[in-house]
Amino acid sequence: MFFGYEWITDQGPLVFAWSILPILLTGMWITIKATVLGFIIALILGLVWAVLKAAPTPFISWPANVFTEFIRDTPLLVQLFFLYYVLPEYGLVLPAFLTGALALGLQYSAYTAEVYRAGIEAVARGQREAARALNISSSRTFTHIILPQSVPRIIPALGNYLVSIMKDVPVLSVVTVLEMLNVAKIIGDRTFQYLIPLSMVGAIYLIMTLIASAGVRLLDKNLPKRGIALK
Amino acid sequence: MTWTEYLVPLGQGAWVTIQLTFWSTIFGALLSFAAGIGKLSRNPLIKALSIGYIEIFRGTSLLVQLFWLYFALPLLGQAIGIDLRLPPVAAGVLALSLNIGAYGAEVVRGAIQSVSHDQYEAATALNFSDRQALWRVALPQAIPEMMPSFGNLAVQNLKDTALVSLISLQDLAFKAEQIRNFTQDSTTIFTIVLAMYFGMALVLTAMMKVLERSVGRWRTARS
Repeated sequence: MFFGYEWITDQGPLVFAWSILPILLTGMWITIKATVLGFIIALILGLVWAVLKAAPTPFISWPANVFTEFIRDTPLLVQLFFLYYVLPEYGLVLPAFLTGALALGLQYSAYTAEVYRAGIEAVARGQREAARALNISSSRTFTHIILPQSVPRIIPALGNYLVSIMKDVPVLSVVTVLEMLNVAKIIGDRTFQYLIPLSMVGAIYLIMTLIASAGVRLLDKNLPKRGIALK
Repeated sequence: MTWTEYLVPLGQGAWVTIQLTFWSTIFGALLSFAAGIGKLSRNPLIKALSIGYIEIFRGTSLLVQLFWLYFALPLLGQAIGIDLRLPPVAAGVLALSLNIGAYGAEVVRGAIQSVSHDQYEAATALNFSDRQALWRVALPQAIPEMMPSFGNLAVQNLKDTALVSLISLQDLAFKAEQIRNFTQDSTTIFTIVLAMYFGMALVLTAMMKVLERSVGRWRTARS
């Protein structure tokens, strides 16, 4: 019994698979929640890194570059262990789920920062010069000219990272988060049947990533390529 | 234990991580070429197999693949009467190579497709067979284009090796967790371990840059 659902092991593999499906779907819901929360953290932190990396003084931009490179080059698992064991030593005790989402967000913020930077730099230099020639202030240039044109480039790239975050959520199982893989593993440990639950998790993952990738492609196709008008 | 005493067991773990990264990157690269070229094949069976492999391994989580190979595969073997029990090292290298190979296959496919169409026409005009056109015309020009992405994938692979600690392979992440259980000195241990991974990633990036430069001479003068 798990999450209030009973599994049936003595009536063949199909009945067993059907009986554990609601348990796995409960785990899937936690996977989705962790994905979304991790993604939101990555979006916000990434913006912070992107701004710091673009700072005019190297005293700010250089440490920001080194830090994001460090985050990008070290494993999520070890970062997760670091947050999970080290934060409480400094008095910050978070539930495992939040620590996990924070680790996901931190790891991917290094990638989203790069997406923001590339998206903004891709807007042609001519646009900035034209704005300057028309005597538009630099803040207005950024919010009304650069940003609307870079958003359609940035969004699909961010969508791909959302899919990547979803595939990294199982790592959170090491700090006892009951996401889908962990749930399947526990069913396996208790029933000695690993093949069916783990294969089902694989299949559900395949379906989720196919849907999410199709969503990203659809979004990419329907975004106005030349920028989103503010009015 | 002082922090210098951690370095010996952590060094042993790092050596395991390096070996895992080395072998899975090599096998992953071979799989990348096999599946990437296979996806462009005119033989529908080879094409379908390559697409199936790429979609399955890119569409699911590495940890799911690793657990499947380590926990579920032996049971599948039992059901059909073959011994498919894998030692952790084999399951780890296999999962890592299959996973990174699927990502690499898309890189290989993209690079081969980016070779200009004129080159294939010229190869046909010179009476090259398909095989010669692939090996002597397309690949030498495509490989330099693949290298930056391969560099990123190699670092990705290094990071992914940390997951094999979860099937009791004694790599750097495993040793870190082991020492932490023993000493409770989390901050020091994980700071050292993160620094070690970062150092390995920097060395790996530098090595891939050297490789990139050495295959750069295959670029055609115009492109």
